[in-house]
Parts: sequence; C-alpha cells; structure tokens
Amino acid sequence: MRIIKAQKIKNAVSRLCEHANIDLRKDVLSALKTALRFERGAKSKAALRAIIKNAEVARKERLAICQDTGLPSVLVELGQEVKVDGNLKAAIHKGIEEGYRKASLRNSIVSDPLKRGVPSYVPGLIHIDLVKGSRIKITVMPKGFGCENKTQLKMFNPTDGTEEVKKFIVDAVKAAGPDACPPYVVGVGIGGSADYACFLAKKALLNPLQSARGALSRDLLKRINNLKIGPMGLGGRTTALAVNVLTYPTHIAGLPVAINISCHATRSATLVL
Amino acid sequence: MKKIGLPLDAGNLKAGDEVLFSGVIYTARDQAHMKLSASLLSGRKPPFDLKGQIIYYCGPNPAPKGKVIGSCGPTTSRRMDGFTSLLLKSGVNGMIGKGSRSKEVIREIKKHKAVYFITHAGCGALLAKQVRSKMIVAYPELGPEAIYRLQVKDFPLIVAVDSKGRDIYSRRRND
Repeated sequence: MRIIKAQKIKNAVSRLCEHANIDLRKDVLSALKTALRFERGAKSKAALRAIIKNAEVARKERLAICQDTGLPSVLVELGQEVKVDGNLKAAIHKGIEEGYRKASLRNSIVSDPLKRGVPSYVPGLIHIDLVKGSRIKITVMPKGFGCENKTQLKMFNPTDGTEEVKKFIVDAVKAAGPDACPPYVVGVGIGGSADYACFLAKKALLNPLQSARGALSRDLLKRINNLKIGPMGLGGRTTALAVNVLTYPTHIAGLPVAINISCHATRSATLVL
Repeated sequence: MKKIGLPLDAGNLKAGDEVLFSGVIYTARDQAHMKLSASLLSGRKPPFDLKGQIIYYCGPNPAPKGKVIGSCGPTTSRRMDGFTSLLLKSGVNGMIGKGSRSKEVIREIKKHKAVYFITHAGCGALLAKQVRSKMIVAYPELGPEAIYRLQVKDFPLIVAVDSKGRDIYSRRRND
C-alpha cells in the first residue's frame, strides 16, 4: 500500500485549477494556429488571431482565458494500491476553492439550482475511477456553461443507422450556431446508457485534438465545417477544431448518443501523483 | 478602425461595422436582468439611469492584485432575450454580448433605434486590458452577476444588429 496524504491531493487540485483556467492546452492552441492557416476571410482570420492573442495574454498576465471559469469537473483515476490518508472528496473540493481564490477565478456555482442564491466556488463534480497500480491521476476540467447549455442526448433505435447518428450530431452543432464560442471542440459519446453516453461525450473532450483521426471523426468534422458557422460565428472554414468520439458497449434495445460541445477555450489540466 | 463613444450615434452604425468604443458600459447578466426588470415593472427607480446606456452581458472575474479587473468577456446574449424589450423601452440604447438574438429582439432593436454589438467571445483576458476602472453599482449580493460600471478604452465591438434591424447572422439563422 502506498499512502498519499489528502493534503497533497488538495494542493495538486489547487494547482490544476489555476493551470487549466490560465494556460490553454497545447493541443488546442496548436489546432487554432492550424485553423488560422486554413482560413481565408478577413473576419474569420481576425477572430482566430484574437483567440490566439487572448491565450498569450492570459498566460503572460495570469488571467483566466475566459471569464466563465466553469463548473469544474475533477476526474480521478485512483490506483487500487493507494490509501488516501484523509478525506479524498473533501480534499478535492478544498483544492478547487483554494485554486480558484488564489488565481482570482470566478465563483460561478449556486448551491440551489432552483432558488439560485449567492455564487460560491464549490462543489465541483467528482468522478472517481478505480484503476490498477499505486498512483493517482487527477484531471481538472473547468468547462464553461455557454457551451455546456448546448449539450444534447438522443436515444436512437438499435436499427437506426450511422447516418441518422451523424445527422443528429451535425444538427446539434447547427443549433448551437454562433452562440457558444466557435470554433468548437465536439465531444461525442456513443453507447452505454443515457447517463453514461453524456459522461463519455464530456470525457471525449479530454483527448488530444490531433488524435481524432478515425473515419467517423473525420467525416463529422467535414460536415460540421461545411456548416460555415466559422470562428465567432462570423463565417469561415473552421466551425470545429476536432470531433472526439468515445464509444462503449450498449444494450440490444438501444443506441444512446450524446454530444457535448465545447467552446474554443477547451480547458483541462492533468497530473499524476 | 472607427472610434465611437456615448451618446451612441446608432443611425451611423451598420451591421458588420467594426468599431472601438471608449466610455462607460454597465455589466448585467441573467440575475441582474431579472432584478432590473422586476424593479422596472413595479414602477421603482432602477439603480442607475438607463437612458442612452450600454449594457454588457458579462460576469467578470475578480481583479488579481494590481489589476483593475479579471477576465471579462461576453456571455451568451440569447439568455437575455426575454428581458431586452423592457430594457430598451426603459431607455437602454446598446447591448454587448456574444451570439445571435431572437427575431423579436431584432424587431425591438429596430423599433427603439438601438444597437446590438458582439465582442471577442471567449477572449476575456484580452478584453480585460481595455478596462480602465470598475465600480459596483447594484446587487452586490449577486457576486459576479452584480451590476458593475466599467470605464473602457478602445473596446473592440462588431455591430451585429443595427438600428435598421439588419443582422449579421441572418444568413445562418435557425429560427
């Protein structure tokens, strides 16, 4: 058994919150720079230049990339050989609060979804997965809600085909239109159950954008870019930077498909203890 | 690039125009819109004179040490659509946000000869550099959703809906 102090986990989460919100992911920045080379219109090029400049300013001045610092999801892969000394979940929530306060990030969470009330920093959302080994991998993903609001789930019939699934995904991006900060990163979850497909769609956003090379990803990306919504919705060739797909076995009676659209400020940070 | 200020010369701004705005804007997003509307509907005086003002759909981040404001980009304008007619009727002359507006809002903008601008969406760090001062005006209990008075300099805007009802997103609308 390897013992890891809860304090150490809290500190790690705190650092990850700052890092994820301020330093844009390298794969996302690289995809934005590639997109700039492909754009032809003056407006779409100017929009991409502003987005890239914003990432530079954020990193240099230690400001949040986006004022919507999200409802942070914390994904923990906990090695079975690890014993946490202290309260793991409490440590994660404390880490979020500390990290957000230290880095002057926004308190965007209301404790009662119906009555709303004064926004605070916590709770975040915690997903814990038990894995082999004696390490802990922690990922913080602060996703904004402008794009989270565009999430869609559809329970297809098992006899529906790939074409219907593709149409649903492209239509969901079309419905988001210019409103959720394109160019988007599109996460797709196929299979499992209703709840699990939604989780997969969110988790798919964590995969490096350059790794989305499968036939389904490529075809979806082509069709989505044909929508010509473009950077900031001003038209152009880049409506999405990538389409990341995750699948899981499902039931004979169903075909759940979820789409989670992320803005161009697709943020996450990971470390291993 | 064309430089503009207050009072807004709405008649001379055309959908698609890129301008730099200097002057005062007021932040207000979801909850502030609810409160503002409730106070207007009950005949109470709003917390600031709305006449000729620009509302910025924004919930800024707290200012880090030595800075005026944290990241402060626009939020999705669509969520404010239901409140916009009343605010325009009460004197608001301009709005800044991101994304498209409903047909009804576009009609109201035309009717009141107002302007809807968009600014660099998801670029809150870049926009923070254009803010010279920040002062809380109303609803401090809302935290980031309170109304702040911002003095901005050369704040980059694109006219998205002009006073004649022309809309830069019209070709790609879904509704």
